[in-house]
Amino acid sequence: MPLFDRKDKSRYATFTRRSLGMTGGMAAVFAVLGGRLYQLQIKNGDQYKTQAEENRVNQRLLAPPRGRILDRFGVELANNRRNYRVLLVSEQATEGVEAALDTISKVILLTDAQKKRVLHDLAMNKKFVPVPVAENLSWEEFARINMHLPYLAGVQPDVGQTRAYPFGAELAHILGYVAAVSPEDLKDNDDPLMSLPGARIGKRGIEKAYDDQVRGTAGVSRVEVNAYGRIIRELSRDPGVPGQDVWLTIDRELQRFTDERLGAESAACVVLDAQSGDVLALSSTPGYDPNLFNVGITPDQWKALTTDDHKPLLNKALSGAYPPGSTFKPAMALAAVQNGLKDLHVNCTGAITLGNHQFHCWNRHGHGGVDLTRGIAQSCDVFFYEVARRLGIDKMEAAARAMGLGAATGIEIPGENSGFIPGAAWKEARFGIPWQMGETLVTGIGQGYVLATPIQLATVAARIASGRAVSPRIAHTVGSVSQPRPLPDPLPFSDDAFAMVRAGMDAVCNGGGTASAWRIAEPGLEMAGKTGTAQVRVITKQERLTGVKSNGSLPWNLRDHALFIAYAPVAAPRYALSIIMEHGATAAHPHVQMARDILRFAQQRDPLKMRAAYPLTAAMSAPPAPHGDRG
Amino acid sequence: MTTRPYAAMRRTLSVVDKLYEVNWGLVLLITIVACVGFAMLYSVAGGNLSPWAWQQMWRFAVGFAILVVVATIDIRTWLSLAYPFYGASLVLLIAVVIAGHVGKGAERWITLGPLGLQPSELMKISLVLAMSRFLHGKSVEDVSRPANLGLALAMIGIPAVFVILQPNLGTTLIILADGASLLFLSGLSWWWIAPAITTVAVAVPTAWRFVLHDYQKRRVLTFLNPESDALGAGWNIMQAKIAIGSGGATGKGFLEGTQSRLNFLPEKHTDFIFTNFAEEFGFVGCVALLILFAVIIGYGVQIAASARSQFGRLLAMGLTLNFFFYIMINAAMVMGLIPVVGIPMPLISYGGSAMFSVMFGFGLLMSVHVHRQVEIPRHSGGII
Repeated sequence: MPLFDRKDKSRYATFTRRSLGMTGGMAAVFAVLGGRLYQLQIKNGDQYKTQAEENRVNQRLLAPPRGRILDRFGVELANNRRNYRVLLVSEQATEGVEAALDTISKVILLTDAQKKRVLHDLAMNKKFVPVPVAENLSWEEFARINMHLPYLAGVQPDVGQTRAYPFGAELAHILGYVAAVSPEDLKDNDDPLMSLPGARIGKRGIEKAYDDQVRGTAGVSRVEVNAYGRIIRELSRDPGVPGQDVWLTIDRELQRFTDERLGAESAACVVLDAQSGDVLALSSTPGYDPNLFNVGITPDQWKALTTDDHKPLLNKALSGAYPPGSTFKPAMALAAVQNGLKDLHVNCTGAITLGNHQFHCWNRHGHGGVDLTRGIAQSCDVFFYEVARRLGIDKMEAAARAMGLGAATGIEIPGENSGFIPGAAWKEARFGIPWQMGETLVTGIGQGYVLATPIQLATVAARIASGRAVSPRIAHTVGSVSQPRPLPDPLPFSDDAFAMVRAGMDAVCNGGGTASAWRIAEPGLEMAGKTGTAQVRVITKQERLTGVKSNGSLPWNLRDHALFIAYAPVAAPRYALSIIMEHGATAAHPHVQMARDILRFAQQRDPLKMRAAYPLTAAMSAPPAPHGDRG
Repeated sequence: MTTRPYAAMRRTLSVVDKLYEVNWGLVLLITIVACVGFAMLYSVAGGNLSPWAWQQMWRFAVGFAILVVVATIDIRTWLSLAYPFYGASLVLLIAVVIAGHVGKGAERWITLGPLGLQPSELMKISLVLAMSRFLHGKSVEDVSRPANLGLALAMIGIPAVFVILQPNLGTTLIILADGASLLFLSGLSWWWIAPAITTVAVAVPTAWRFVLHDYQKRRVLTFLNPESDALGAGWNIMQAKIAIGSGGATGKGFLEGTQSRLNFLPEKHTDFIFTNFAEEFGFVGCVALLILFAVIIGYGVQIAASARSQFGRLLAMGLTLNFFFYIMINAAMVMGLIPVVGIPMPLISYGGSAMFSVMFGFGLLMSVHVHRQVEIPRHSGGII
């Protein structure tokens, strides 16, 4: 048998042919691999680079501390407190998360709902992510957790920061509150801070008005994370910008006194610097604890707040619009003097007849001869019917608006009601009926369509006291920038007019007028004021014939609202005040007593004489130079 | 048969002669690629020799020794050892399936001395050896005879069945590809090849329904649309593509690859190590590495072409193709061209079995080269 035959030759040829073909195939595969590398690395390289960077780098927002809110002397009205929390890390809970929660609940109180939420949160997060189990613990609870820590595998005590309102309900209607961010908040707010878990946003009051400034700017920590999301190291850190402090013109001591004095009544009181319009106290009672909204209000608490007939959630000082009643009369008196009715003399017989309709004075027996000063002092309705009849609605409307009624005062707290001053044109447009003289008369005593808020009435008091168009302002300095406080313009009334009206208001308290039983007796601290009553119900003709029921005999919610505006001291007014007590019109005039006490306290403490603690750059904040008129 | 098997040899070589004959250029290229592997294992360990690079170095040292020793052993000895080797590998493979311990849901490992040995890795080389031995004695006509073809297919099929039972789809594919290539090279008639291709076209959908494991199917589906399930099964391939792509033209630099350091890459030290290389050295580095591989393959083809025995030719070409299939499947899978089937990158991926079997294969290739002048009669292999 030969070693090699022809068959060998043929198969060598086949091998060579086919192996060459396969080598070509291999070369083709290498070309494809190279092409794929070109596609991935050159063509789409940048896109993959971005993706790799996104993989690697995780941006974590850092919440800056929220700016404080301070009173004029630097007392912290809203600050940040330590938030004692308990966190649970599931991968460290060696006996399982449910066992861990059971153990925690032996140390601090945990509701079933809380446990359910925690288990849900743990399931939603990676195993090494700490999930909050309980927040806002007391120091004692926190200490207990720390003491039991050796037996609590996976539990991490933690101290965070959260908003605190040290004075609770007392300033609720000024400060408002912060609460969890709602989907509506996100619609017109793209601040990344809003997306942080546990983020808070100002929902009311100053917290809402200055939320952008108080919130600060989010810091960013860029961290490198691995595929499981665990942080490997921090690449860079921008701590963000802390929120700015807001300095209010409020004097917390006066605020406290005012709030305490109003007590549990459904009432509101505003105290202004009569010359500058700075709000020194603004109280609406009852209030609510703003801290509740931050930590999470329970359904029961919410129900209690919303069903209370004293409406604790309503800021009556700003949002409550009431018929001003007789507190409207000083403005009418100014208009009267301005329009040549300085020497008007009216004989009050208890009523005035217009056509076939009788317009009654509050005093059924009549006041007899009444001039302007006495008209104010005795609050004679008949005198002001006559004033109104002679002025006409247009001049009355102009005067009321000049005194700051019928338009929002522009105070920085959101939610202000603009009140209402009717006019002939308005009525024509609204109802298609011409203005009636009867309506003029009713408007003259602050009834009918007229509505005013307590802050507007305080503005009226301050304008009468100062003779200038002061407007209420509550935010003095934001961060280090003092807010613009233009020198108020003079009002379009003569010094003579102011002098007469002031004399009338002096007489209300100190000249045997309607509030003389509750005057400030201390020499030099006397107040001038004007009482008012806003009717809540319609008095029928029948009732008028049989005798108008006294407020004391009516159910609480049918009694008239009691109002009072005042300023003090009479000689050189510096404090102006308005107060309203819903359904408080009783013979004892409790609201005038409150006003008296508040104005007396204000003068005795005299915060305007004390050096304010606003930041130094507040050069513009000097009170307007006193002007000559101190009638 | 009366002919003495060794009668036809033209030369006898001493060990020194043989060492001189070793293609040291090829050995150098292999060593360079292995060094790339060390560097990558050092890199994916975050700049540490442990746990992988150091281990891989001594494995390469052992593999290097295997290569040199195997290269100096006469090709005729390998011819006579082909069937015993095949038999031994098959026994080990079956032993793994029956008694091998379970790891990663796949029974691939058997403890053999200090080394965890993967018989399926050894099987690839043994199959090439045994097929070359079998086909060495067959003329072009013989190969296409049903009896011979049936035997050859059985040689391929039996290990393939046991490997897929492990289950190890990637190695099964390589075994089938190796076997088919050798049949093709030895002259299998197109009358067989054409129907076979048709059969495969029918069999693949069938296999999809009845044979493939769920995780294997998922890999295929994921491959077809990786972005569909970025955090689930598509994660691996997505991250691999990101790693490769983010390397760009020149790469992020040695030890600067973030994808592997931060564990975004799956199996970063084994099957997916090429992605780390691509990330750190970019397109330039990848093309250089592919060229290096291509040159090694070119050497293999050249060795096959210059061998004077059919056994040597088939063995050299079969081993070269085996090496090529490794690279092709691994590279294509990490680049998202084919499904993830679990094949390491030869010489670079961490792993003992693969390193030893690849170096053993290169040893055999080198033995073909050293003994390229040796002529072996067609019927010399009649006795096992």
